[in-house]
Amino acid sequence: MISDAEKKLLIRGTQVNYYFVCRTKLWLFSHHIQMEHESDIVELGKLLHDETYKREEKSLILDDLISADFVRKGKLLEVHEVKKSDKIEEAHFFQLLYYLYYLKKEKGIEEIRGFIDYPKLRKKKEIRLTPDNEKRLKKVLEDIDTVVRGDFPRPQKKSRICRSCAYLEFCWA
Amino acid sequence: MTRKNYYILTDGILKRKENTLYFINKDGKRPLPIHSIYSIYAYSSLSISSQVVNLLSKEGIPIHFFNRYGFYSGSFYPRETLLSGDLVIKQAKHFIDNEKRLKLASDFVKGAIFNMKRVLSYYGLDNNMDTLLEDLKSCKKITEIMNVEGRARADYYKLLDEILPEGFRIGERTRRPPENMANALLSFGNSLLYSTIISEIYNTQLNPTISYLHEPFERRYSLALDISELFKPIIVDRLILYLIKKNMIDETDFEKDLNYSLLNENGKRKFVTEYDKRLKKTIKHRKIGRKVSYKRLIRLECYKLIKHLLGKEKYKPFISWW
Ligand code: SF4
Repeated sequence: MISDAEKKLLIRGTQVNYYFVCRTKLWLFSHHIQMEHESDIVELGKLLHDETYKREEKSLILDDLISADFVRKGKLLEVHEVKKSDKIEEAHFFQLLYYLYYLKKEKGIEEIRGFIDYPKLRKKKEIRLTPDNEKRLKKVLEDIDTVVRGDFPRPQKKSRICRSCAYLEFCWA
Repeated sequence: MTRKNYYILTDGILKRKENTLYFINKDGKRPLPIHSIYSIYAYSSLSISSQVVNLLSKEGIPIHFFNRYGFYSGSFYPRETLLSGDLVIKQAKHFIDNEKRLKLASDFVKGAIFNMKRVLSYYGLDNNMDTLLEDLKSCKKITEIMNVEGRARADYYKLLDEILPEGFRIGERTRRPPENMANALLSFGNSLLYSTIISEIYNTQLNPTISYLHEPFERRYSLALDISELFKPIIVDRLILYLIKKNMIDETDFEKDLNYSLLNENGKRKFVTEYDKRLKKTIKHRKIGRKVSYKRLIRLECYKLIKHLLGKEKYKPFISWW
């Protein structure tokens, strides 16, 4: 079993991501209306569990959107997100920011750096939990709670992202 | 890998060895790899151990048991993994609120009548299903809705008798026990469908015991009864008509001693084989723009119901469009 703290981290991280992807998805996921057994959280939990403990907490894959390598280098903890193109999507940016925030607030890890890596471009970009970023993140977290507490947001229009979304049949049948 | 339904028709034992189940009977041993199983339908006397049950539970695989007459006797419904407290509350709310319940109950019957009508017109049979649909609109009580449903079905069976060969007429619909071949086929098919729907509900957050048309105390999984009204004409009845019309089933498939009122093993095998083919058959879904199987249509119906219960999107019952 994954610990409650890890579960919370995963759920929140996923919520942050879904908030930018689709409100319907965020709401359904948060209300435990997940699709079959391939539901993201189960998968995430499995991945987290397998990867974390097998590799002695050296690296961790959070999901297919964010591949975060937790690398301990002395006192410094690096959280990496590996991306193919150099377009930073809001969802990924805030999700990574959230992990940094969580590790700082809940785990008291101060020496922490977030990176978005572009192996193909041999580039990396640092993301920091600056006071300004933290403020933006907090606003996002509040918005998430508002959406989740509200009524079911009906899917708006079928878009490109629906095609690969687990809720496709749920929303559009 | 898409998971399959397994239908077990001969007596035997299910054994577990690590992550594989084996079905062992007098003819030998057959492996059923766990990830290839969607549901198991047990029509014979089947012995299972708790190790098997543990594995099925872990993998979320239901087993449906039938007695030797082919009547549904119960399911092993694995521990639920998809739970949503919100949804259960909303499901119950729609039951308690009379208006909300009536809306759903009459939708199920509306869909059922439309689908019966579809079968009848496929065989070129004139019918008065439209009048019944009209009657449905003025129903103010569940019993009235049930009444319309009963009348529709009685008329429908009577009309089908016009095209059925003599030995296969339904006559009066008799249930326990069925009194002739046609009734035996209907009972067998309906309990099979009921179990299939239980498996679909299991894979959603719906609670199978809260229903709208049927009373929740009628059967343990009464929501499956509600949903089965919609699919009986399209899945079960059409299959039966097909089997009879193509001479694929005849007297030799029934137990002679029991006055032909029950399918024998051979008959059951034919039936489940054709039934499974039908569940897998796909049609193009206009809204989602993909091919979906008949089995999947049942799941989609569950999703539509969930959306209705969550508010904002009114439920529209499944009506066959082909
Ligand atoms: S299918 Fe489309 S609308 Fe529905 S949850 Fe997924 S992304 Fe949102």
